[in-house]
Amino acid sequence: MMTEIAARADLRARPLPRVGGLLLVERNAMVYRRTWLILFSGFFEPLFYLFFFVYPLQEFRSVDVALGGRTLEYAAFVAPALLAASAMNGAFYDATNVFWKLRYGKVYEAMLSTPVGPKDVATGETLWAVCRALMYAAAYLVVIAALGLVHSWWALLALPACFVIGFGFAGAGIAAVTWMRNWQDFDLVQLVMLPMFLFSATFYPISVYPEALEWLVQALPLYHGISLVRALTTGTVGAFQLVNVAYLLGMGLAGMLVASRRIDGLLLT
Amino acid sequence: MSSLALALRPLEFFFAQYRRVWRGTAVSSVVTPVVYLLALGVGMGAFLGEIRFRGTTYHYFEFVAPGLLAATAMQVAAFEASWPVLSAIKWSRQYHAMLATPLRVQDVVLGHQTFIAARMLMTATVYLGVIAAFGAVGSPLALLAIPVAVLVGLAHAAPLAAWAAHTETDQSFVAIFRFVVLPMFLFSGTFFPISRLPAPLEALAHVTPLWHGVDLCRQLVLGAVTPGSALVHVLYLLAWVALGFSLALFTTRRRLVL
Repeated sequence: MMTEIAARADLRARPLPRVGGLLLVERNAMVYRRTWLILFSGFFEPLFYLFFFVYPLQEFRSVDVALGGRTLEYAAFVAPALLAASAMNGAFYDATNVFWKLRYGKVYEAMLSTPVGPKDVATGETLWAVCRALMYAAAYLVVIAALGLVHSWWALLALPACFVIGFGFAGAGIAAVTWMRNWQDFDLVQLVMLPMFLFSATFYPISVYPEALEWLVQALPLYHGISLVRALTTGTVGAFQLVNVAYLLGMGLAGMLVASRRIDGLLLT
Repeated sequence: MSSLALALRPLEFFFAQYRRVWRGTAVSSVVTPVVYLLALGVGMGAFLGEIRFRGTTYHYFEFVAPGLLAATAMQVAAFEASWPVLSAIKWSRQYHAMLATPLRVQDVVLGHQTFIAARMLMTATVYLGVIAAFGAVGSPLALLAIPVAVLVGLAHAAPLAAWAAHTETDQSFVAIFRFVVLPMFLFSGTFFPISRLPAPLEALAHVTPLWHGVDLCRQLVLGAVTPGSALVHVLYLLAWVALGFSLALFTTRRRLVL
């Protein structure tokens, strides 16, 4: 009798340390050990843009870009933008994998039958997506530094900057997928992501646009990511970079908050 | 029934299916090309201004727009000949259903490729209209760029369909898009003359069917045609179509009939 009561008491839920999010990161890392090629291949995209687009274009029509009172060669202007974009892609496209896990893989249903809660799922997925963004960013940063496209010691902060970018887009991405109904909705994602990549002052300065459009571009999150990283690698840092950081952090926090509520609702009903 | 009429039946099927899903493809076949044209044509043109190409001064937009026409045809073709072909064999099994009728493998493959050609015809026409609206068309010969874009598309669609009928899973498609389609899109002369590339890459660009398509479209739209090189371009593209089509017949037959 006493032993039974003791055994029951042992089964009662005990408060667990809040590591649910980290468990999820571990789970994702284990899964990717099997499909590392997909993970690895994402690293090449910015390099292709750099070697197959930026450098030959610079050879063809040599243009210098004025930025914050300095004159930059074209490659040094575009390279940081590609860094920001690769952090964005790494985080955002990983976050959209959540869609498959949520609707088809039923991954979270298994998790929620353990002490891992919806909030852990949201933080864990965001954290993993940020890790992926940082892997790409770190590797690419080393490459552009070796190519001499980094002009300032501020660039050491480019990695934390990519953390902020990754966080912003991971949060927004996970929140966005909770509203998706089917694969066709991913076309809409493409419809937002591609123009954002191409128009966010990535390949030419924002002054190219008419004024009304300039305001619109400045509202895009990637513009803030690019502006932040570009200021760091070129050493033209100013107060506007605080706005960049605030924008991206705000987007990430809001996304994570929305995502954990939505995942809660989607999984418990 | 004549063999050409037989190929019309799969074509009819793909159109019937397309009538239900065209909204989704409107994004990839109209919006995406226009976005590229605005960002890398108009925006980049405003940034780079005028360039010298083969002894004549052009605005950068005039230079890049016809190249993007060919590059877009390649991208649309690559999408249409990868997942849909594998799906028709493996997941939705439409090829199986077709082959259970008097249709033969060559009818099915020809019908599907004709459908892809029709898709590119639509995209290329819209695209040329947009280029013309921006005033970057230099000659009535530009109209010929539409069939050339279709040819460029088929030169990529046919070999890729051959691969799609051979492969077991769709994992390789992601690698193909990342390591073949994207680099080709960037370095095959769309954004700069390939003579600006390092020598080994320039040699590689000469082999790609896309470069031949880009150069031919550019000659036609700018109205600066060199008959000799134009002929070489057409023949080279036709060779890719012929080779790809034969391969597609072979792999599809091996997968579904033998």
